[in-house]
Amino acid sequence: MKYAVELLNITKRFARTVANDNVTLRVESGVIHALVGENGAGKTTLMETLYGLYQPDEGKIRVNEREVRIRSPYDSIRLGIGMVHQHFMLVPPLSILENIVLGAEHVRNCILDLKRNKDEIYELSQRFSLKVPLDEKIENVGVGVQQRVEILKALYRKADILILDEPTAVLTPKETSELFDILRQLRSEGKTIILITHKLNEVMEVSDRITVMRKGKNVGELKTNDTSPSEIAQLMVGRPVLLQVDKTSKQPGKPALKISNLNFVDKRGLKILKNISLEVRHGEILGIAGVEGNGQSQLIECVAGLLTPSSGSIEINGVETIGLNARQVFENGLAHVPEDRIKRGLVIDLSIKENLILGLHTNPRFSSWLKLKRSVIDQNASNLIEKYDIRPAQPNLQVRGLSGGNQQKVIIARELSRDAELIIASQPTRGVDIGGIEFIHRTLIAARDNDKGVLLVSADLNEILSLSDRIAVMFEGEIVKLFPNNQVRESELGLYMTGSMRKNDNRTENEDQEVSA
Amino acid sequence: MKIKKSALESSFFQNFVVPLTAVLLSFLVGAIFILIVGKNPIEVYSVLFSQTLGNSYGIGQLLFKTTPLIFAGLSVAVCFKAGLFNIGAQGQLQIGAFLTAIVGMKTLGVPFYIEIPLLLFAGMAGGGIWGFIPGYLKAKLGAHEVINTIMLNFISTALISYLVTNVFNVPATVHTPPISPTGHLLRFDQIFPAFEGSPVNLSLLIAVVTVVLVWYYIDRTKYGYELKVVGLNPRAAEYGGISVSRQVVLSMVIGGAIAGLVGSNFVMGYKYYYEEGFSTDTGFMGIAVALLGNNNPFGIILSSLLFGMLEYGGLVINTMVPKELVSILQAIVIIFVISSNKIFRRIIVNLIKKKKLLMVQND
Repeated sequence: MKYAVELLNITKRFARTVANDNVTLRVESGVIHALVGENGAGKTTLMETLYGLYQPDEGKIRVNEREVRIRSPYDSIRLGIGMVHQHFMLVPPLSILENIVLGAEHVRNCILDLKRNKDEIYELSQRFSLKVPLDEKIENVGVGVQQRVEILKALYRKADILILDEPTAVLTPKETSELFDILRQLRSEGKTIILITHKLNEVMEVSDRITVMRKGKNVGELKTNDTSPSEIAQLMVGRPVLLQVDKTSKQPGKPALKISNLNFVDKRGLKILKNISLEVRHGEILGIAGVEGNGQSQLIECVAGLLTPSSGSIEINGVETIGLNARQVFENGLAHVPEDRIKRGLVIDLSIKENLILGLHTNPRFSSWLKLKRSVIDQNASNLIEKYDIRPAQPNLQVRGLSGGNQQKVIIARELSRDAELIIASQPTRGVDIGGIEFIHRTLIAARDNDKGVLLVSADLNEILSLSDRIAVMFEGEIVKLFPNNQVRESELGLYMTGSMRKNDNRTENEDQEVSA
Repeated sequence: MKIKKSALESSFFQNFVVPLTAVLLSFLVGAIFILIVGKNPIEVYSVLFSQTLGNSYGIGQLLFKTTPLIFAGLSVAVCFKAGLFNIGAQGQLQIGAFLTAIVGMKTLGVPFYIEIPLLLFAGMAGGGIWGFIPGYLKAKLGAHEVINTIMLNFISTALISYLVTNVFNVPATVHTPPISPTGHLLRFDQIFPAFEGSPVNLSLLIAVVTVVLVWYYIDRTKYGYELKVVGLNPRAAEYGGISVSRQVVLSMVIGGAIAGLVGSNFVMGYKYYYEEGFSTDTGFMGIAVALLGNNNPFGIILSSLLFGMLEYGGLVINTMVPKELVSILQAIVIIFVISSNKIFRRIIVNLIKKKKLLMVQND
């Protein structure tokens, strides 16, 4: 058995944290090796050490059974290591070809000879069935293609060992399965692949070997065929985890949210929302599935009073809310967990306690006509920190210093403390680790069991399927399908999400056209 | 990954160690320039310090120069907290001081307990209006406040210049007639003879009170909370039901009003009239003051003292070195302070890190 990569007793410290604590990772040549663990477990740091972005404080690195020193990505590329980062490193206005050759251009007499590059890359893409339109600009292609470009970039630099950091985070189910086909193809060509992920179903589907990390340590080496998702999850979190959400059936009540014939046209004149009608009833979770960018964000912002729809009606608890500002909508009984917690939901330079009153700061509970009630705010913070287990439990700490999961808990704690009748949760577990996901899911279910109406928007189909009582699918600004329960196969959802299947009832479509005409 | 509040994140480090290092280093670099003009830096610096800090007259002069800087610095800082870069403190303080003088000359004989608040209000109103204009343009039209405040500086300078030389002037001068004596602010030398000759006056106290009020407003009130949220993350403010445009206008008005109080020092406490060209750079120095003070109201008192000292010190060492050297020194302080957050922070962090690492390895 030959090892492609051996990381031996690697320790990497940052100012006050130990990101990797005496980690040993051996990756056999020619396999797909999954590196799993929660956020902050040290997976990415370990791989960036291998890629030369960090120097280990202790430990040795061996590549192809030879001890090496990797001072920078330049060294690692020469050793045949390529990395596809979670956030793509591409130049949007340049073509795919230009992006791939960037830094490895053929030059003849001071003049670029991209034709030669192009031929080489074309051959490469044929060999690994990585089809990309070489002359198209990056900004004009989807994330799935961009990812293939990143892989080609690595292969073009003769990578034999490919590291992929959370490669499926931005992909649709179809793109994900295509990616996995590519990875299997690469494996059959003898490449070694290290896959960083925390999605267990993907690990089970595509990997051969698994290394589990927790809190900077290697806590388990597994063979994929001999293990189960629950075993991996338990190793990741350090305690047994319920992967299945327990949910009792419940009879929904009156509508908490009623959207009728909602249209939204953006500044450029594009129709973003087309005649949307939806109801979220008390005591149910309505899940909206869809590929991002199909109008979900705008739908939510319209409901939350952050965007003004062009026409239609939105009723929250029986009151028309179009024309109200965000604060008035909140006061009307809305809690809103926004999709982008850093940009919308939090002020990361303010403390936890200050963030816990955002949007509630004018409530007489927290302020008089002028003054903030500091002792009440402190009390509120310590209560919520305890109830929602926000760590570290320091109310005066800047939110910037929290992990993604704990940042999300700050938002959830604040929004549920409103005790609103309608809860909008948009991508509530994005970037949150398994322990946090379980907690957030239980919280949402508890709210539903408490007769709240919950509108859930998520790009994660598992989440939609396991939490929702009913599922709506959005595609190009329309609700293309409403499933009356969650007994749907993921693949079927996928078909509606990508527009391969639209409303199967033709009459409905005609009616819609009449309405819009 | 757990991140604890480290010493490097602490406000003490941010507010004191970094700016102080910057100031010390800039004095070192300034020494090189003094050497270049052929003087002994130790001698020059010792005169600079002894003449400004060594006797009560010097201290009085320094405090007189400090007062307007506090107002200007606060003005910039309030806007900065709201995410706005107020380059217009200069125009705001000119309009404010001018209005103070005009109202003062039109209200002769009004009792002091009405006259003084009235004149302070006139200054705030003048500055506030001059701040409102760019604030409103920003909030309603999205016009950038940097451009508009700069343009308003030109307009205020030209406008006042015209009025002071043609409309409101005492014939053959470029200043207005005197204000009502009941609007005069008490000079410190009227109580403490040691300050004899220096014009430092009650305006300094007004500045300090303003510092406390601004701190209270930003740190303790819900409007201050909204102002900070708007400054740090306008999209989160919108999400939290805070009207971003209202806060933008409000903070520009508050910033302008504070700048407008500069008139209390010069018009009510020193000359008792508005004089063409009384201040050419106070508003711009306010930007440096706010930066060095880390936009903290109390830090602004300290940085105003430093720049007040440099300003008066420039006059003191004028006989030894060219006065331009003091301008150079001021400029070096500003450059170092502006770059300090990035550069010195990194240097100091690295130093501490190395030490820590050694400690860890020794464990």
